[in-house]
Amino acid sequence: MTVLRAEDLRVTYSTKGGDVPAVRGVSFEIDKGEVLGLAGESGCGKSTIAGAILRLHSPNTKIEGTLELEGEDVLSLKPGRLRAVRWTGASIVFQGALHALNPVQKIGDQIEEAIQVHGMATQKEAAVRAGALLEQVGLPPRRKDDYPHELSGGQKQRVMIAMALACSPTLVMADEPTTALDVMVQAQVLQLLRSLQHDLGLAMLFITHDLSVLVDVSDRLAIMYAGKIVEEGKASEVFHAPQHPYTAALAAAFPEIGDTRFRHRPAGLGGDPPDPQHIPSGCPFHPRCERAIDACQTVVPELWDAGPGRRAACVHVAGAPSLESVGS
Amino acid sequence: MTDTEAARSETLELGEPIIEIDDLEVNFAARVGLVAGLMGKKGSDAKAVDGVDLTLHEGEVLALAGESGCGKTTTARALLGLIQPQRGTIKFRGKALPRDTRSLRPFRREVQMVFQDPTGSLNPRQTIYEIVAEGLRIHGIDEGPNGETEEDLVAQALSRAGLRPPQRFYLLYPHELSGGQRQRVVIAGALVLEPKVIVADEPVSNLDASVRGEILALLMKFRDELRISILIVTHDLGLAWTVADRVAVMYLGRVVEIGPTEEVLLRPRHPYTKALLNVVPEAGEEGVIRQILQGEPPDPTRIPAGCRFHPRCPVVASGRAAELGIEDRCRGEDLQLQTVGDQHFAACHLIDINQQP
Repeated sequence: MTVLRAEDLRVTYSTKGGDVPAVRGVSFEIDKGEVLGLAGESGCGKSTIAGAILRLHSPNTKIEGTLELEGEDVLSLKPGRLRAVRWTGASIVFQGALHALNPVQKIGDQIEEAIQVHGMATQKEAAVRAGALLEQVGLPPRRKDDYPHELSGGQKQRVMIAMALACSPTLVMADEPTTALDVMVQAQVLQLLRSLQHDLGLAMLFITHDLSVLVDVSDRLAIMYAGKIVEEGKASEVFHAPQHPYTAALAAAFPEIGDTRFRHRPAGLGGDPPDPQHIPSGCPFHPRCERAIDACQTVVPELWDAGPGRRAACVHVAGAPSLESVGS
Repeated sequence: MTDTEAARSETLELGEPIIEIDDLEVNFAARVGLVAGLMGKKGSDAKAVDGVDLTLHEGEVLALAGESGCGKTTTARALLGLIQPQRGTIKFRGKALPRDTRSLRPFRREVQMVFQDPTGSLNPRQTIYEIVAEGLRIHGIDEGPNGETEEDLVAQALSRAGLRPPQRFYLLYPHELSGGQRQRVVIAGALVLEPKVIVADEPVSNLDASVRGEILALLMKFRDELRISILIVTHDLGLAWTVADRVAVMYLGRVVEIGPTEEVLLRPRHPYTKALLNVVPEAGEEGVIRQILQGEPPDPTRIPAGCRFHPRCPVVASGRAAELGIEDRCRGEDLQLQTVGDQHFAACHLIDINQQP
């Protein structure tokens, strides 16, 4: 069952310096019980997509295309219905979660508030549910009387996860949920997210720039560059046999220990991510691409077939049309 | 190449020691609230670094790894003379570091720091030229060893750090650069003084994936071409695998394992090193349930007796230590690093009975 469907999604920020196209035509689906990993560098548009799903952007941000959550058109929701969908339909665990809790409110009350705002329960029921949620994320229920400053970073992130689950959403989005955490705590939080996702059969959109984390938690991966998906497929295949040169560069940035190819040879990409207001012609990656040919400056690649269940937007993949037929 | 030659080429050849840290101890005084203080309560001091011996050799890349709070950054800061240690000595080329700021100055020119947050460590109101030239001015350097002007030196440093042509960057401000370029400016600011040692604290953890490799490649180039020794402080063992000749793993203020990168990361002898390696995300091991240490990073104000890792040690928790008859020692007997291989040392009671973690 498809939980989330995006079709030709476009998000354009309106700034003093003109329109900034952050997401430029992205399509994907997430099924129930499936984890889609979305990877890319800062500015590639990955967090913008999460914001669009919850309609968190300011009113002058233009969102076009189709975005359906359980068959319901998210982009035309009335404010009342939108409030209901936030948290009950889809919820999010932010990267800045460490600062997202109200410092002067007990964490139990904050979780209860999330439940009660949606009229899902009486105060008593909400209190019971808050205790159960804390237990579910691995915190003793008595910690509900703690204030955020009494918790460690990992514990705060657990509270955020409990809040995201408070209204039993069908889709949970995690935007760099472990970036600010210590290595061991990061592993604990990832383990928690994975087991909750599995036990509750959640659909999940997992966003991070760290490809090695994504491969670990995702079923499928989508790699974004300059506001578009440039490669997608089964997570381990995309990571181990990247078809797009950009994916290959991202994967090489997080080499596996023991891989002698990278010993004393750090691999990197030249250049910087493109400015969304001045996206290069043709394939937006061509100025940084080692495999670029002349055609890359003019041909705008689409997601062509790149093996079973794989698609990549590069003229070098097997399914790309011959250059004569697509050339200018 | 015969087998013996191959084996020899694999052994690590270390240059002359450039920095020697001996029995370093750094405490941070406990803070208590006003009321608690008036009532005569005293907190316990945090032993951030509790007896560390570490040598950085000429032309070597040494990675100092561990969780936050293990003392790796404190060790690096003490090495730079930014923190006064309670005990121990730090020698640069065989000479102990002086304790007063003025006499430290020549040393500070030789040992440069690259911080993790390029945005935070650059003055937003200074141009790139001013930022890079500042070090020269502080140290009163008007010209280079071959009569170069200040501008020559700044241009050379920017260009070595990969900002070319350097003149294009002179009048820009930090906010006009990308994150990777800012980190290069920080590196140029360190390089302009022609240091012998660079201490890099998480040099790429704030950078985008594709830029990380480039910055690391730059550091490797300095080592190869300028023979600069590099101490990289990091929590990322994958990074250590990519760049380091040796890896030192710290836990609660001590080095618990140190050795050639291949040895420590592929054949760890300390259960903590193994635990750290366990949490490096790795694809291809689908369905493998990895052991993850539970609980919070340890508290340096309460260092456990015995082996300081024993409360979290999987070997103790699983009952294996009891089976092997070493549990009492784990809980009660503190221990030092022991030799476990060529240049490879670890501090674990399993080693005495010749067991792997």
